Amino acid sequence: MTGNESRTDKYFGQALKRKEDPRFITGTGNYTDDIVLPGMLHAAMVRSPYPHAKIGGINKESVTGMPGVVAVLTGQDIADAGIGSIPVGWLLPELKTPAHPAIALTEANHVGDIVAVVVAENRALAEDAASMLEVDYEPLPSVAFAGAAIAEGAPVVHDDVPGNVAFNWEIGDATAVQEGFNAAYKTVKLKLTNQRLIPNAIEPRASLAQFTPASGEYLLYTTSQNPHIHRLILAAFVMNIPEHKLRVISPDVGGGFGSKIFQYQEEVIMLLAARLMGRPVKWTARRSEAFVSDMQGRDHETETEMAVDKDGKMLAFRVNTLANLGAYQTLFAPAVPTYLYGTLCNGVYKLPAVHVKVQGVMTNTVPVDAYRGAGRPEATYAIERTVDAMAHALGEDPAEFRRKNFIQPEDFPYQTPVALVYDSGNYEPALDMALGMMKYPELRAEQERMKGSNKILGVSVISYVEACGLAPSALVGQLGAQAGQWESSLVRVYPTGKVELFTGSHSHGQGHETAFPQIAADELQIPIEDIDLVHGDTGRMPYGWGTYGSRSAAVGGSALKVALQKITAKAKKIAAHLLEASEEDVEHENGVFRIKGAPDQSKTFFDVALMAHLAHSLPDGMEPGLEATAFYDPKNFVYPFGTHMAVVEIDTDTGKVDLRNYGCVDDCGPLINPLIVEGQVHGGIAQGAGQALWEEGAYDEEGNLLAASYMEYTMPRADDLPMYQIDHTVTPSPHNPLGVKGIGESGTIASSAAVANAVLDALWHECGIEHLDMPYTAEKVWKAIRDSRAGMGQAADD
Amino acid sequence: MYPANFDYQKAASVDAALQAMADNPDLKVIAGGHSLLPAMKLRLAQPPALLDIFNLEELKGIKEDGDFYVVGAMTTHADVLRSQLPLFPEVAGWVGDPMVRNRGTIGGSLAHADPSADYPAAALATGAEFVIRGMGGERTVGADEMFLGMFESAVQHGELLTHIRIPRGISASVYEKYRHPASHYAIVGVAMARHADGQIRAAYTGAAEKAARLPKLEERLNAGQDAGTGLVEGADMLGDRFASAEFRAHLVDVLSDRAAKRLG
Ligand SMILES: Cc1cc2nc3c(=O)[nH]c(=O)nc-3n(C[C@H](O)[C@H](O)[C@H](O)COP(=O)(O)OP(=O)(O)OC[C@H]3O[C@@H](n4cnc5c(N)ncnc54)[C@H](O)[C@@H]3O)c2cc1C
Repeated sequence: MTGNESRTDKYFGQALKRKEDPRFITGTGNYTDDIVLPGMLHAAMVRSPYPHAKIGGINKESVTGMPGVVAVLTGQDIADAGIGSIPVGWLLPELKTPAHPAIALTEANHVGDIVAVVVAENRALAEDAASMLEVDYEPLPSVAFAGAAIAEGAPVVHDDVPGNVAFNWEIGDATAVQEGFNAAYKTVKLKLTNQRLIPNAIEPRASLAQFTPASGEYLLYTTSQNPHIHRLILAAFVMNIPEHKLRVISPDVGGGFGSKIFQYQEEVIMLLAARLMGRPVKWTARRSEAFVSDMQGRDHETETEMAVDKDGKMLAFRVNTLANLGAYQTLFAPAVPTYLYGTLCNGVYKLPAVHVKVQGVMTNTVPVDAYRGAGRPEATYAIERTVDAMAHALGEDPAEFRRKNFIQPEDFPYQTPVALVYDSGNYEPALDMALGMMKYPELRAEQERMKGSNKILGVSVISYVEACGLAPSALVGQLGAQAGQWESSLVRVYPTGKVELFTGSHSHGQGHETAFPQIAADELQIPIEDIDLVHGDTGRMPYGWGTYGSRSAAVGGSALKVALQKITAKAKKIAAHLLEASEEDVEHENGVFRIKGAPDQSKTFFDVALMAHLAHSLPDGMEPGLEATAFYDPKNFVYPFGTHMAVVEIDTDTGKVDLRNYGCVDDCGPLINPLIVEGQVHGGIAQGAGQALWEEGAYDEEGNLLAASYMEYTMPRADDLPMYQIDHTVTPSPHNPLGVKGIGESGTIASSAAVANAVLDALWHECGIEHLDMPYTAEKVWKAIRDSRAGMGQAADD
Repeated sequence: MYPANFDYQKAASVDAALQAMADNPDLKVIAGGHSLLPAMKLRLAQPPALLDIFNLEELKGIKEDGDFYVVGAMTTHADVLRSQLPLFPEVAGWVGDPMVRNRGTIGGSLAHADPSADYPAAALATGAEFVIRGMGGERTVGADEMFLGMFESAVQHGELLTHIRIPRGISASVYEKYRHPASHYAIVGVAMARHADGQIRAAYTGAAEKAARLPKLEERLNAGQDAGTGLVEGADMLGDRFASAEFRAHLVDVLSDRAAKRLG
């Protein structure tokens, strides 16, 4: 690693073990489903078995007589209660957004759409009754794939979205791109499918609501990455509850990957049920419910085209994408395939012209929204796959072709042709480090040796950049976000010098309870054991926007840093007062405030904290207490980057792809905790490799989910993955007080492209196959090899 | 994952279990539960009452009896894995994961006759025999008569599979498996054993409605030839999103060749 060593901090940069892990690994975490409230009822959802159906009668009496059944709720109950449609949080020009009721009223629009809810004394009774409720469905024509949904005469998902097109969006200069193609020495064109993925957080979604009639207060425990967003939407847009009367607690959360950002139907239902029943009501998803009700990811049909000049310098890149949005638009749905995708289609290259066109299409499938990486893995895949195809067409080494097109260190801040200004970057060192670490020339030699045998090798080198740390509020506001994207932090120092940090960021696997105190312990110069982080409770934290888009460290951490600076500034004043010195003569070093040149004259943080609260002697006019809040609005996104390399071995007899080695060099700026960074990278790579090799949220053309359990949906397992080689370069962000970027999504953003390119590198070298779509399942690969060898054989025979 | 309501009782002995089943045709036997419970949780199976035979000592453990090992039906995959049996320990190592192996039983798997289970191929290759008891008494069924169709074995309603008899004279054996990437069950499994008379028996599982012998392969190997291809030509193969019928047939050839080479 280079760069991080120069820091002198005691905690920042240390690979401390995570404070939160002992409770997670000993089963003493406190998840929503663990919480039991007195008198609690249980809800079970009745979900549509049809991709598209008119809901006729619902015979509540078919189950209301069953022992233990308390109530059945339908879309009519939602309508009668005056509950609004679940809103979309990011609007595009002329976006068509169909209504999204908490319980479908007239039509079910995907398998898994909620058509009724049974509330009962216990879970088993609720599930039994839900399985027996009589619902009349009248199946309607349905459509699952974006391409089919925009064809003439395709079934219409929502009458108010004619032709199923929710939006048309573009970015970049189409004319400039055409000029690039007109001047091209060589062009390549690819048709790519970025398949549907299912998020699969280990903890299924759950929510538990309570209503206190006397005060009109609601309490909602829910599996959320952003409890304040849930409160805002529920209070202001859906339930019409005064915002201060709704407390949302998101306790321990077992993974989100984006799928727990969104306002879901079930949370609305629990709040209503709790009010109507006068008792707390809980719902926890079964795993099979999660498959048909957690917002899904990706699902693009894309055409890319690239043009280069005779020196192999890129001239233009054109992207045309159909994005499948599923049956409804949820919180970030319109932003993911547009602003989080099109703007990243420039990659790490000095591209004079880029143009991206996206059509958002409604279908009868589970809605698609942000899933780890959200738009950026799709962009990386589109551009990096095309770059490899171009390198092949030119007969150039993919690493060297990339290198010569890189944006150079002196070009930063770099304005791309698709709106973004990259804050900082230095792409070659990461590339060189990765090539060295993985012994690239030896791999190429090995590939040559294996050629023609029944084990062939593929090697990839991809370089990525991503935009995270969402985001400057004014900018995203201009682009359609219906929310601010700043973050807040509150630092509360107690009389004994112990400290609680409060953040609007939310940890659901990211290790905030360790990393945030690391930042604070250095700034306050106190032992880390004296500091705890509080998050996930709108009743305790200042307002905040939560965790997604790798924003916690860059935005939440920066807010914390600013709040901490306010604390130390005040503490120094108090110390100077106690030392009877002027503030300028006091320094804060080695854990004490001391008079410069008179090191024995000092006050500890504890002395200062105590006096701040006793207030027996404070500087004139100073308020007592030692507490500070900061609201931090970032100046720009941050732009992590790096190079990832995958090595695959393919058994040509069976088509089985084995991911043999994986190496990456990421640059997320200074590392707060390298162990946590490594964990994020590991998980991220597994998810991206999962997409490349195994995962596929397959539907039939009508919208029946074929991969609706782990018998059919291939999650990567530990023994499917190699030990990764991981390293870093450190290029700080120039615009936030910590210099940090983000690392939560980089692994996923880079690795599906890296693994895909490795597979195609093998197939290209062996038999000239230019492209195959993910996932590279054995039969697909075996057939491709067989067919191309047969083709070659024939060609030789002719 | 909530099963429908059901009653539950533990059997005190094989005899008592058979009597209970005769008295109540709704009773469903549960062994390790690792095929039955997943089906119940998905409500694909909704038996009104379960009869638990898992703890019956008379159905546990492995003994020797002349030319045979006699394996109790309730012997877990984990115990099979650690045993001296021919072929079965290697096969057991391919079944599920440690949790499944600690609970699932050899008898449960074989009586269940899941077309993608691993043991049926081993039973056919070793020429195992199945001891089945009903109210009318005990009968022994050969491996070739055991697997009748998809989820259909020779064990009839009201009967229990009590023991599996596996020949002792097997000098060499191998199992080659191509796992379903998601479920890890067999897309194709090929088992091979060299018997006391020097003859090789081979069988496959996963690829078709039921596990079956590979006569063409046996013939070639016993004639000293290579495994070759086209081993299941003409047979009806299963096909799905993960492996078409054509691919399964191809995998039978590939795995047979690999198994033959390993067997030596
Ligand atoms: C996650 C997971 C992964 C798995 N992976 C594999 C795999 O890779 N390969 C594989 O082969 N299997 C696999 N299995 C299945 C596993 O091997 C089961 O244990 C086995 O198939 C059934 O045995 P059991 O004892 O659990 O039977 P149970 O589930 O209790 O019973 C199965 C059926 O057989 C009947 N039955 C049971 N015992 C008897 C008896 N003695 N007489 C008559 N009828 C009886 C029952 O009534 C029931 O219908 C997997 C299971 C799980 C849950």
